Amino acid sequence: MDSNPIKVMPTPVDLTAEDFRKIGTDEKEAEVIQRESISAWRDAWQRLRSNKLAMTALIILGLITLTAIIAPWLIGKIYGYNYYSNDLLYTNKAPSSTHWFGTDDLGRDMFIRTWMGARISLIVGLAAACIDLLIGVIYGGIMGYFGGRVDEIMNKFSEILYSIPYLLVTILLLVVMEPSLGTIILALTITGWINMSWIVRGEIMQLKNREYVLASRSMGAGHGRLLFRHLLPNAVGPIIVTVTLSVPNAIFAEAFLSFLGLGVQAPVASLGSMISDALTGWLYYPWRMLFPAILISLTMLSFNIFGDGLRDALDPKLKK
Amino acid sequence: MSKGKTLIEVEGLKKYFNVGGGNVLKAVNDISFSIAEGETLGLVGESGCGKSTAGRTILRLYEPTAGSVRFNGVDINQLSPKKMKAMRRDMQMIFQDPYASLNPRFTVTDIIGEALDIHGLAGSHAERKKRVEELLDMVGLNPDHATRYPHEFSGGQRQRIGIARALAVNPKFIICDEPISALDVSIQAQVVNLLEDLQDRLGLTYLFIAHDLSMVKHISDRVAVMYLGRIVEMADSEELYANPMHPYTKTLLSAIPIPDPEVEANKKRILLEDTASGPIGKEGAASGGLFDLDNSELVEVSKGHFVSMPKKG
Repeated sequence: MDSNPIKVMPTPVDLTAEDFRKIGTDEKEAEVIQRESISAWRDAWQRLRSNKLAMTALIILGLITLTAIIAPWLIGKIYGYNYYSNDLLYTNKAPSSTHWFGTDDLGRDMFIRTWMGARISLIVGLAAACIDLLIGVIYGGIMGYFGGRVDEIMNKFSEILYSIPYLLVTILLLVVMEPSLGTIILALTITGWINMSWIVRGEIMQLKNREYVLASRSMGAGHGRLLFRHLLPNAVGPIIVTVTLSVPNAIFAEAFLSFLGLGVQAPVASLGSMISDALTGWLYYPWRMLFPAILISLTMLSFNIFGDGLRDALDPKLKK
Repeated sequence: MSKGKTLIEVEGLKKYFNVGGGNVLKAVNDISFSIAEGETLGLVGESGCGKSTAGRTILRLYEPTAGSVRFNGVDINQLSPKKMKAMRRDMQMIFQDPYASLNPRFTVTDIIGEALDIHGLAGSHAERKKRVEELLDMVGLNPDHATRYPHEFSGGQRQRIGIARALAVNPKFIICDEPISALDVSIQAQVVNLLEDLQDRLGLTYLFIAHDLSMVKHISDRVAVMYLGRIVEMADSEELYANPMHPYTKTLLSAIPIPDPEVEANKKRILLEDTASGPIGKEGAASGGLFDLDNSELVEVSKGHFVSMPKKG
């Protein structure tokens, strides 16, 4: 055993005052940030990009949109027919090299019609979502920002509107007004914005008591600046997600209405009306139902998956 | 403590919140004090006693239920919106949570420059940039970081950004709403030193709201103790800590941790029994708690030392 556990340290060799010098601890120098500056948007984009499922959905959506834009035109150029030109000698034909998706009961090419239908679906979906966005953000923004009595009255109004069966309103509107693309979009948006306004209202209410909003108020910022510079930009994540998820809803609603015969009128095709037409002989001519059905399912699925991915990317806290 | 002329005069300030069911929350219940130019008044009290609400009501971020706040003799609650906006240049606030007080979508330049935009203080883009860099330098931040976002900074750095923002309009009076309670102890000292340094350089007047009693003692000329929305004692900070008179102040002071394990182990904590009546209740209901503050008034017991005492008669 070591009797003396404390050992005398050997003296370091000849240390003089010159060996100690200040190597500089400038406070500002120490606080330099090395990491590259990343905005919230780029951060979200990086998260989204690493989500393979969402990116696949985004690519599929891109392809669908692109095809819907150019395919009817391109095929028309190559084969010399359009979505309403019929060939009565060539009805209900199975897919072939001249008619890729076959033909329908009037001998019209299914490929062009399917993509024309997709075009209608996308237009209706995007237009309805944009109008919902515009009305919902303004209405919800005002409700959330002012709160109190204003909120109470405006919220009651939207609750009353929401309590009327939406299908009833829509069908009534389509019966009264001339069925057209515009009428469908109007019918879909007449109650569609309510959901968005509630989302925005909730977000604004939550954000308006944040200290940075108070700070801006203490500097004398007006309502416009607070709402458009501070509150809405910080609520933009949930807003974008709601828009993305409301597009498939609108597409589905349009297909459903067209299926009932309340949608766009012949000869214009919509995916819903094509499926409806195909019902009569779907056991004999399954392709007439198959292709529009696959396309509408694929579109809606992609929008939903992409919307989910977008939500995870914009607000990672929600994921768990 | 007669440092100069009175800058801020708060008189009978009340802020009640309607909490539904006919009940009101008397967050700030009839407080009065004044702060001289260049002075720091510390405002202490436990969580929920109305300190922050008092600060926000003084700045008219909340409309007061009653009472007046006079800045240089002008009652700010009577000002038109336009004049109020101009008045806001003189009164600023530093917030508690440096993570919540900076808009995450703004760059540092935009955060600090916002006040310049609102009041039209920067004529050109270059002028604005120069002023922002000047302010960053003033609070000890690297001006190169002006284009970065708040999430890239540490808590202490963020609080400095918040201070730079408050200074952007050249205010005379700043309410520091627990500016250090969300920071590390080592960073707390830096920020407090910065605040003191700025006070000397710019001749600022502070209302320093906090619950850290030792820090308040360090920074304040005078200290006011708040309990259940009222001021129960107010005195020079040395006097208050050496000679606390109100039982609540004594309780509060007995809770200060002492960095000596032996003293700390033997220290006698004074504990408050359950309060008789809280700040929430019907408009006219008793709200004075244990000390029957409803029937008390501030009495000057020695020069500059005010204590809440039961009303005579």
